[in-house]
Parts: sequence; C-alpha cells; structure tokens
Amino acid sequence: MICGVNRQPVPGTTIFDGEQAQRGYALNKMTFSFNDAVNRQAFLADEDAYCAKFGLDPEQREAVRKRDVLALIAAGGNVYYLAKLAGIFGLDMQDIGAQQTGVTKAEFQARLQDAAG
Amino acid sequence: MAQIVGAITTSHVPAIGRAMAKGLEQDAYWKPFFDGFPPVRDWLAEVLPDVAIVIYNDHGLNFFLDKMPTFAVGAASEYRNADEGWGIPTVPAFRGDPALSWHLIESLIADDFDLTTCQEMLVDHAFTLPLALCWPDHRWPVRTVPVCINTVQSPLPSAKRCYRLGQAIGRAVASWHSDDKVLIVGTGGLSHQLDGTRAGFINKPFDLEFMDSMTRDPTWATQYSTAELIERAGTQGIELLNWLVARGALPRSARKLHSNYHIPISNTASGLMLLAA
Repeated sequence: MICGVNRQPVPGTTIFDGEQAQRGYALNKMTFSFNDAVNRQAFLADEDAYCAKFGLDPEQREAVRKRDVLALIAAGGNVYYLAKLAGIFGLDMQDIGAQQTGVTKAEFQARLQDAAG
Repeated sequence: MAQIVGAITTSHVPAIGRAMAKGLEQDAYWKPFFDGFPPVRDWLAEVLPDVAIVIYNDHGLNFFLDKMPTFAVGAASEYRNADEGWGIPTVPAFRGDPALSWHLIESLIADDFDLTTCQEMLVDHAFTLPLALCWPDHRWPVRTVPVCINTVQSPLPSAKRCYRLGQAIGRAVASWHSDDKVLIVGTGGLSHQLDGTRAGFINKPFDLEFMDSMTRDPTWATQYSTAELIERAGTQGIELLNWLVARGALPRSARKLHSNYHIPISNTASGLMLLAA
C-alpha cells in the first residue's frame, strides 16, 4: 500500500502517483502533444513560446532547457511522456538511463549486460 | 461456444519495432530475442485462432492523464496506431470485433469489473509489436479486442485484481455464442526501469521465478502489492500485470509449450511464453 509517509517506498524511484500527476500536468501535457510531428516542429521552432503555451512553471521550464531527466521527473514528468521529448533530440532510453545514473552510455549498456549474470 | 486456445505473453519494447523495420532480426544483438518466436508462429499456424484479446498498457498515445481508466475495453470495428513521437513505423490497421467486445463488456461489468468502453481507440506499440512478432508480414489473420490496463499512473490495479479480471475474461469467452478460437495476448515486462537513479534495474531471479509461476503457481505474484512488484521488477516491470490478466483467462491447468528469456533488449529483460489452454 502506498500511502502517508511511505508514499515513495522504492529507493532511486519516483512512483508516478496522484501527487506527481498533479505536479507535472502541464509538462506532461506538452510532451503528450509531441505525438504530432507538427507540434514537435513548433517546439523546435520556438521552444520558449511552446513551453509558455502549456504554462510550464519555472522549474519545469528550466528542466526542459537543461534536458535534465531527473529534474524533469522531480517536476512531475512521467517517463513515457518524457520519452517523446527525448525523441525530438534523437535520444533513446539508454541515453536517458546513462544521464540519470551519471555514467556513459557504454557503461550503462555494460551494466545491462551484466544483469544477464 | 467460443474457446480460448492459449496465451502468448511477450515484451513490447519500442526498439523491437525499429529492429524489425531495419531487418535486424539476425543481428547478434537481436538474434537471441527474435529466435524465440518461430515456435510461436508455428503453433499459431497450426491452431489458427480467429480472434485475439490483447491485454496491454497505453504509453500516452490514446490516453492522456486528463482521463486515465484503470481498465478500458476497445469496441471499435478497426484499430490503428500512429506516430508516438519517436518515429517507429506504423503498421496496417487491425480489424476489431465489436460483437465480442460488447459481449466482453456486458459480461465483465456483470462480473463487477467497472470498465471504460472505447468506440474509438488508437493502439500503441504495446498492442502492435506483439502482433507483429506473431505475424511479421503484417497480414493480421485475427480480429482483435484491445483490453488496456493502467500501469502508468498509480494507484494501479492490484496483481490480485488483474488476475481476477483475467478469470472474468475467461468466463466471458466461455459464454460467447460462436465457434471462435480465441487467443489471449499479454504484453510488457519483464523487469526494467526507465526512470530515476535506479534506471537500468533488471532482476533476473525474480523474472525467472515469475515465469515459472505462470504454470506452477499462477497466483504467486498476487501475494505482492504493486509497490512490492515495482521494487522487484522496476517501475515499468510492473507491466507484468498484463501477463497476470492473460494468465488468469486460462484454466489453471494451462501448460507451457515454449518460453524464451533474454537480457537485455534496450533497457529490458525480455520474456516470452506460449501457454496452451
């Protein structure tokens, strides 16, 4: 049961719950819009205007500016929606994994291989 | 009466779609994953199911956080996928089966499962890729009914609830007045985590025990809360809920015909099982 003081019981993990879903609504709504190529182009053409249109708060805007995945998650971003933002920059899930864990992509890939035992 | 012939449970990582589009199935990285599928295709060619009920989770193509159903059932005559934002190719549309969809809806709601019904519904890679792995020529020989489970926004349905939903789907099919052979497909997993400083988490011992439990003790995973499952399988490994729904739809005596497990594809431990009812 996720409740009260134990709302985030797994270390290194932000479970995307109601609090995160409220916190990140504008950010996730923007990244959801990237399902359409025309919206991806609009973002690339004028990132400030596109973020303003969705009402991102300063923390969310800064996290987008820095392409900082941990900050985006802290600001309520859900990784499935953030993947659509990452896709604009040609980043895949291993790029994102490496960035969040502070290692190179090659090191991150080696860790995954190591899990095979 | 309609009859469930079996279930296929498989990972649905988007990179599978990219690999298929580029013809990388025999590439050294991908071969251990794709080599799991010929026995599944042989079985399908022998059994020839008429319709597939596909249990999956949407990743922000059809559903946004404005409305997030716990359980949603498609009731359309056709389902299409679309650009998901990062450029995997789309596939031909899937035929629906509105009559079976509405029978499922009637039966499941009578069985106390409160559903969202969808007469228009886009289906994402979690629906399309497993079917493309079964039928790589994209000539879908089955009608389809999508059943979408919320594995995105907590609170998620419990493992126990998901298993019971599967049992209710099994009862619904058993009372469907047709001669249809019904395939159950459960997609997602196995252990992986995309987000946070724990990104890259994979848990081979848990995955192997889970796969073993599918025949030895099908309700084994229902002892865990969703938070406990996230701890063991990762934030996205929780997609194993879709496997539990699929398993629940089969009789307890279902037997394993084939399985495959490989680490990694993308950030994921990939699992595949073929169960005969």
